[in-house]
Amino acid sequence: MRFAVEVLVTLKPGLADPQGKAIEGALPTLGWRNVSGVRMGKHLRLELEAGSESEARTQVEEMAGRLLSNPVIEDSRILELREA
Amino acid sequence: MSARIGVVTFPGSLDDRDALGAVELMGGEGVPLWHADPDLKEVEGVVLPGGFSYGDYLRCGAIARFAPVMEEIRGFATRGGPVLGICNGFQILCESGLLPGALIRNRSLRFICRIVHLRVETTQTPITADVLPGEVLEMPIKHGEGQFVASEPDLDRLEDSGRIVFRYCGPDGDVSDAHNPNGALRGIAGIRNEAGNVVGLMPHPEHAVDPDVGPTGGQALFASLLSSVMAGAGR
Amino acid sequence: MTDPLPSDLGRQLGLRDDELEMIRGTLGRDPNRNELAMYAAMWSEHCSYKSSKVHLRTLPTEGASVLVGPGQDAGAVDFGDGVAAVFKIESHSHPSAIEPYQGAATGVGGIVRDIVSMGARPVALLDPLMFGPLGDERNRWLLEGVVAGIGGYGNCIGVPTVGGEVRFAEAHSANPTVNVMCVGIAQSDRLMTATTHTPQLGSLMVLYGSTTGRDGIGGVSVLASATLEDGSEESRPSVQIGDPFAEKLLIEASLELIEEDLLEGLQDLGGAGLTCAVSESAARAGLGARLDLDQVPLREEGMEAFEILTSESQERMLAIVHPSKLERVREVCEKWGLATAVVATLEAGGDLDVSMAGEQVAKVPALSLTEKAPEYDRPMRPIPTDHDDPTFVSFDGDLREAVLSLLASPNVASKRWVFEQYDRMVQGQTVAGPGSDAAVVRVPGTMKGLVLSVDGNGRYGTLDPYLGGAHAVAEATRNVAVTGAKPLAITNCLNFGNPERPEVMWQFSEAVRGMRDACLALDTPVTGGNVSFYNESGGSAIWPTPVIGVLGSLTDYRLRLPSGFPSPALAVYLLGESFAELGGSEFAETVLGRVAGVPPALDLDAERRLQDLLHEAAAADLLASAHDCSDGGVAVALAECAILGGHGFAVTLAGDLPPHVLLFGESASRVVVSVAPEREGSLRGLAATRGVPFERLGETGGPRAVIDGMLDTTVIELAEVWEGAIPRLLGEKP
Repeated sequence: MRFAVEVLVTLKPGLADPQGKAIEGALPTLGWRNVSGVRMGKHLRLELEAGSESEARTQVEEMAGRLLSNPVIEDSRILELREA
Repeated sequence: MSARIGVVTFPGSLDDRDALGAVELMGGEGVPLWHADPDLKEVEGVVLPGGFSYGDYLRCGAIARFAPVMEEIRGFATRGGPVLGICNGFQILCESGLLPGALIRNRSLRFICRIVHLRVETTQTPITADVLPGEVLEMPIKHGEGQFVASEPDLDRLEDSGRIVFRYCGPDGDVSDAHNPNGALRGIAGIRNEAGNVVGLMPHPEHAVDPDVGPTGGQALFASLLSSVMAGAGR
Repeated sequence: MTDPLPSDLGRQLGLRDDELEMIRGTLGRDPNRNELAMYAAMWSEHCSYKSSKVHLRTLPTEGASVLVGPGQDAGAVDFGDGVAAVFKIESHSHPSAIEPYQGAATGVGGIVRDIVSMGARPVALLDPLMFGPLGDERNRWLLEGVVAGIGGYGNCIGVPTVGGEVRFAEAHSANPTVNVMCVGIAQSDRLMTATTHTPQLGSLMVLYGSTTGRDGIGGVSVLASATLEDGSEESRPSVQIGDPFAEKLLIEASLELIEEDLLEGLQDLGGAGLTCAVSESAARAGLGARLDLDQVPLREEGMEAFEILTSESQERMLAIVHPSKLERVREVCEKWGLATAVVATLEAGGDLDVSMAGEQVAKVPALSLTEKAPEYDRPMRPIPTDHDDPTFVSFDGDLREAVLSLLASPNVASKRWVFEQYDRMVQGQTVAGPGSDAAVVRVPGTMKGLVLSVDGNGRYGTLDPYLGGAHAVAEATRNVAVTGAKPLAITNCLNFGNPERPEVMWQFSEAVRGMRDACLALDTPVTGGNVSFYNESGGSAIWPTPVIGVLGSLTDYRLRLPSGFPSPALAVYLLGESFAELGGSEFAETVLGRVAGVPPALDLDAERRLQDLLHEAAAADLLASAHDCSDGGVAVALAECAILGGHGFAVTLAGDLPPHVLLFGESASRVVVSVAPEREGSLRGLAATRGVPFERLGETGGPRAVIDGMLDTTVIELAEVWEGAIPRLLGEKP
């Protein structure tokens, strides 16, 4: 079965996020002064062949932990997993 | 009276001092401009220097393009004033829409600091007016996001209208992929706008004016810029 | 104050029972959790140097040109023309083993701030690195991450990386050694030293830069009031993320503050964070401080007092400001987009008095955290010398093959893959960069050149730590001398295993002894440095690796000598004397497969005479090039001269020794030089007068590299092997 997956990778909470901080600092100069808590992450999209949805989920979780994210400083979670 | 060339300092600009130094070395008057100050101080040319404005965070040049001084520079460019974007400056010009295309990550996915050769493709710009077409200049690149990309139609338009200014090449001018350090499409190292007064390039001419520290291919470009300004370019 | 704690918690923080007794004795009561956190951080090995101080004290620290010796954020030497050169080396090996990119990046950030806090603009970085063999995927991952991190941070802050070393050894597998040296330039009259700038009673301590989060809170997290569940949102992460953009702003703002003479003191926040910066600044001035944690700008919510006190959040500085200058300090910081906060006031009495939410949360004498920290003279046990000498093992192998395999050995091969990831050109003053024996960086406004080199041979260190320490100093200073420059002073990074093991402590003391003897003989005082202990895992320690960073001076940078042969038809000479010495050599390890024997002998007087000769000969314009012999001996040195200069050579190595010993022996104090024919007579005369042995080997020129009877190949072949080795090991196209 073919599955379409979206994975979100974010910096672990509590870690410094220089990019989020820079974006947050720039928004007021464009007129938005009501924004806080900006964090920047990555969005990955992929498709895979697997026997079942739970098998697909297990595989993606492993991929996410080993390659798609750096578990030392990042968290990952599956945003969406559906049959393609 | 020497040509007044402004060099903008954004938070994180690094090669602003070297650009000012290169202007002075070649006989011009270097005028420091501050990102937050829309006053262009009556300069006759503007340089957006290399570096890591805003740390290159989010996208290179994405935040710097909104600096107060950039509105003035847009007006200056529209009126035909010479604008030179070097490396991060080139990225800022693309993000601003003053030049087409974009600079993405080198195909090796790594930062590269290396001396390269460039072939001059057109002399119809303020910085190449005094060099010979096809001339090969030696100067350094030092970037992690220098791969120039644009749509095929945009690339064709650039070619057809003679707006490609520099291509990466070998010491004898051979433009082949072997000499392309970052995968830039069509080997493009620098381009100009339609009017010809705005030029962006990834290599660093300001780091190539002093024989004690490296090659001097940048001397000809700064000399051209200064003489173009003195001859009334953009006035 | 409420909440006394059982000593069990003290142990969990790494404090010994007798240390806890010391604390109780000083305070006259049990310490509370915040005070325990402060002591645990300040009395850690990393911050207090408690196991190393007794040995480091034996190092020579004085010299005619030394302006600032050990004890402050960095050392400084007088460079003449009103210029002071500030420099120091530090390690960040442990964080790099966990997260190589950020570990290396924050290592760069920390050392750069140390230089800035002395009032100097950082102008150069050098990075000595050691990894396990590249056949192992994890070691490749570490190499790639560390190099990317150094480049990512250093390039972004606009400081050129102009030199360094990369070495490989199994002992460093999973225990990479990451050291970073930074050099800066200051106007001598703006140097921020304890004598020129004294904080006054009533002056303010202003924290500026990035906000404070829970970065670096590892061990002390046992003090957290809340129970932490695995993977919960509340988990306290230890990994520090660097923000080089913030650092760049910090550098510019700090230099402006110094330029306008607005500060009574400046200290960066590194290990032990705010506690260290506040207590050290106060103690140095003989004062105490009243610290209000409510004033500290925080990045996270719900931070506890001990967290704010020991956080190692990056890119923060502490300025000591007279109240009359506070407004202007704020303006300068604001211009660069940096937050400022007055967090403390200097008081009489010597106590660090900390409050939060209107309550006193800690009160500790500042001196007890700093100068009165414990010192240990740990037990030592010598390791017997390995007498299994590879020098007299007969070798029938093909000599050309051996030369090529040495050029392809990762310790020897070109490190272009590494240094092309570093911006070596920013600031426009780099006359000689990575790949040269020493980096040469111009000092603007003068004709002078800073001449910089880092060296450290762990293989020698493991075989004989005394010689390891001595050779490190000799080789690093020799690398400076071969450019024609005069070495002025050194900084040292001492990378060792667990000091609680008597063998390791012995190695350390021996290495320091070797360094001491060499520094005295070569007249290069130590201006400061760093000690990194506990570099071991699973009971196996790294090789004892004393790394030396040298700062030297060229009066005219244009007169620097290149390493490679600059033209054909020059005479090639070997200065120095060759003996039968293959112990600890690159040849023995790479070709014979053995790390054994005793490192080459080091005659410090001979080394001194050699370095003085190089300086004199260069000043008299007698030399065309000079390159020192190290890994791989004369064979590798000659090959490198040809590859770097682009000209081949035809030489003969005379002597009774077996060919492989002549080619690859690593006898110390030897340099390959090229000389114009009309200068040969003068060089020979000068060398003879100065007591330096010399041997004319042959001539430069042509496309071939020829050592009579031993090697006959092309320079191109040598270059291809040398340049291609590391990319090939990483699975890439050369």
